Amino acid sequence: MVIPAQPKPLQGEPMVIYMGPQHPSTHGVLQVELHTDGEIVNRAIPRIGFLHRCKEKIGESVPYDAYVPYTDRMDYLAAMNTNWAWASAVEKLAAIEVPERAEYIRVYVAEFNRIASHLVALATYGLDLGAWTPLLHAFRERESVLDILEELSGGRLCFGYMRIGGVANDITPRSIEMGKAFLKQFRAKLDSLNELLSFNHIFIRRAANIGVIPGEQAIAYGMTGPMLRASGVDWDMRRDEPYSIYPKLNFDVPVGQGLKGKTGDNWDRYWVRVQEMYESMKILEQVIDGLPEGEFRAKVPAILRPPAAEVYCRQECPRGEVAFYLISDGGKTPYRMKVRGPSFCNLSILETISKDMLIADLVSTLGSFDIVMGEVDR
Amino acid sequence: MEHIEIFNRLRQQFGEEVVLEHVVTGDEAKGFRDPYILLKTESLAEVARFLKDDEALAFDMLHCISGVDWPEYFESVYHLFSFKHRHMATLKVRTSKDDPKVPSVTSVWPAADWHERESYDLVGIRYEGHPDLTRILLPEEWEGHPLRKDYETPTHEHLRELGL
Amino acid sequence: MDFLMNAMQSLPASMQLSGPLAWTITALVAAGVTMGVVSLVALLAVYAERKVSADMQARVGPMHVGWHGILQTTADAIKLMLKEDLVPAMADKWLFITAPLLVFGGAFIGWAVLPLCKGWAPVDLNIGVVYLLATSSLVALGIIMAGWGSHNKWSLYGAMRTAAQFLSYEIPTALHLLPAILLAGSLNLTALANSQAGGMGNMANWAIWNPFCFLSFFCYFISGLAETNRVPFDLPESESELVAGFHVEYSGMRFAFFFLAEYAELFLVSAIASLVFLGGWNGPFGLESSFLYLAKVLVMMFVAIWLRWTLPRFRIDQLMGLCWKFLIPLGLINILGVGFWIYYFRT
Repeated sequence: MVIPAQPKPLQGEPMVIYMGPQHPSTHGVLQVELHTDGEIVNRAIPRIGFLHRCKEKIGESVPYDAYVPYTDRMDYLAAMNTNWAWASAVEKLAAIEVPERAEYIRVYVAEFNRIASHLVALATYGLDLGAWTPLLHAFRERESVLDILEELSGGRLCFGYMRIGGVANDITPRSIEMGKAFLKQFRAKLDSLNELLSFNHIFIRRAANIGVIPGEQAIAYGMTGPMLRASGVDWDMRRDEPYSIYPKLNFDVPVGQGLKGKTGDNWDRYWVRVQEMYESMKILEQVIDGLPEGEFRAKVPAILRPPAAEVYCRQECPRGEVAFYLISDGGKTPYRMKVRGPSFCNLSILETISKDMLIADLVSTLGSFDIVMGEVDR
Repeated sequence: MEHIEIFNRLRQQFGEEVVLEHVVTGDEAKGFRDPYILLKTESLAEVARFLKDDEALAFDMLHCISGVDWPEYFESVYHLFSFKHRHMATLKVRTSKDDPKVPSVTSVWPAADWHERESYDLVGIRYEGHPDLTRILLPEEWEGHPLRKDYETPTHEHLRELGL
Repeated sequence: MDFLMNAMQSLPASMQLSGPLAWTITALVAAGVTMGVVSLVALLAVYAERKVSADMQARVGPMHVGWHGILQTTADAIKLMLKEDLVPAMADKWLFITAPLLVFGGAFIGWAVLPLCKGWAPVDLNIGVVYLLATSSLVALGIIMAGWGSHNKWSLYGAMRTAAQFLSYEIPTALHLLPAILLAGSLNLTALANSQAGGMGNMANWAIWNPFCFLSFFCYFISGLAETNRVPFDLPESESELVAGFHVEYSGMRFAFFFLAEYAELFLVSAIASLVFLGGWNGPFGLESSFLYLAKVLVMMFVAIWLRWTLPRFRIDQLMGLCWKFLIPLGLINILGVGFWIYYFRT
């Protein structure tokens, strides 16, 4: 809720209070400098960089294939998707054809990772608003997703599963069985999560009509992913600029409609993520049905030396569009690599929309952004 | 619109003085990759405004800004996207190594704010007209710009002297 | 419990004492018993909270200390007692130290008038309800002291929220007790419970069956939850906004005092609700038992735990709106309604 500033007869100083980097609801090591007047936040300045690990500098000194594990640590809640974005950027640069089976496996793991990532987003958003129980239910579901990904890659958080030209190892029948079993029961679980949290009266009052971002503003600030779609912009890389096997798949792109308030409010952002999980399930069912035989990795030279050129390759990850800008000088390592993290761009709007909010609303808004600091700071 | 058409439209509007060249990276033998448009540095803000406002171009989203350190000059690279026409464009401007200055585009795209700060922080290009050009990822007291090729990693002793 | 009651009443006589000394001894013994009961209730309530929440969240909860983790809270209490006694350097030392005592004391002295079993309260005060309402304010004072004394901005926020929340919710708490008091015609808690005896199945006379009291019961319970800082009204300590609110700087035994006080108060609220609205120890089929009373209290506490692990948290303005725009007007209407009810049906 926005409370208009009123002339104050009693003048005092605004209180400056630092939320974070150790704060339960800053989702990592984000610091927000709050200038508050009582409960009202006059200004909230996000300060980032506490988790800066020189990802771009490292990228200039390691070979292309060796950089895959570093991308795990950017968006650690959606490591598969970031892996894939990197792999496809390098493939574009080196003009490597990826076998179709590998593309299916990539979509399989990436969509499962999207579900896992969105589950964390929803759960922690509930937690930001004081609802504990959805967190544990969502995490239980996430565990079963991670089991599937572990079966394939051996990791549970940082997978390192993608390779340039394919994936590390072939999909196992057991992981497909696990995937099927999960998809069978997940829809009902998601429905019960909706009953518990999404349509909870208090939850709607805490989330709807707060932190409203109109579509134009969202575009101007370079927002992507669920945040952009929640603002009513119908744009999804997977459908509109399709890559991999997405053109063959049939799915819808959920867009914020302002069901419980204005379009682009916190509840819309939350709800777009819930719906995306349903869409991911649709995609996964099609992938399981259509998995072709063939190679799971293309023949790639052991030491990759792409031609001296540049590519800018973007992909739809759970938090938005991850893009890699690669400049090669023909050597073993990129001359320059730049990561465009979606959380970084999404977070930059916080200062603009948080004027004259209550502290509780700021927490609610920040929670609905679903940022991962590993990718903001890189 | 294809990238070359965007270039032609810009050239038509601003002339050869401002819109310097259209380069497709890569080579004949190994295939071509992404193209870019090289602009005159001083006119960047003007061109950016046109790119956003022009009906046929309508680049409403600034996707990314990257600073690049080349041996002879610094480059600031802009990746633009238009939701209306669904096309992308890559712009580049070059600036000297001694006094790297590039006009800011924050007034055109608010998204440029953090990207320019990051480029300033890590590469050291000064974006003139930026409302608050401070370091964003590194501490205020940090010396140097790590993504420059001649950057030397500070020793622990030096960092301790700086209070970091 | 009836045995306990008899023992307590016959204690001075059996020691052949009289006068102020006998009174003092009785008081001390009663206080000791109450203290023991409060601690036990708090320990068990914490355990119940953990187990119930675990069940709701598809976990098992504490399992290792004792049978199904029954001694876990005791072990935690011992751990908290053994912890280093920390006072922040910039804190207001005396406020910081006395605040948890005041909070616990405020919750504890309320128990003095609370009937612990059928027909026996440590002090059978004729204005028991008024006393209870008065002492519960001490808790608010203690929390404000804790928030201010900690020299921490987050706890200051917690204190400010507490001040607003407690002062607001004292009013509906009192207002919604009044209809039942009007019906019973007494402020004594034992008398209130006894007045609901009789009728069909020993249940028909419960205050809750009166339509106005029925509403009041729920409103009272809501205000009671707000006064005990339970979700969805836990704004003073809301961990996702204010880290931990007023007790952000507290650790060890001082923190345990806040923790104990919360459950002591929760029990108090549940007990008052079951005494005033649910007939206390009067139950179906003519039963009159302390165990029935205890069962009602436990059910109420379970509901509080259930709500805590189901609902998100209110925002401060929504919380205030609920109090001033809904609960208080409804309380006034209820009192008026009960007045008419008595006028038309009793006279």
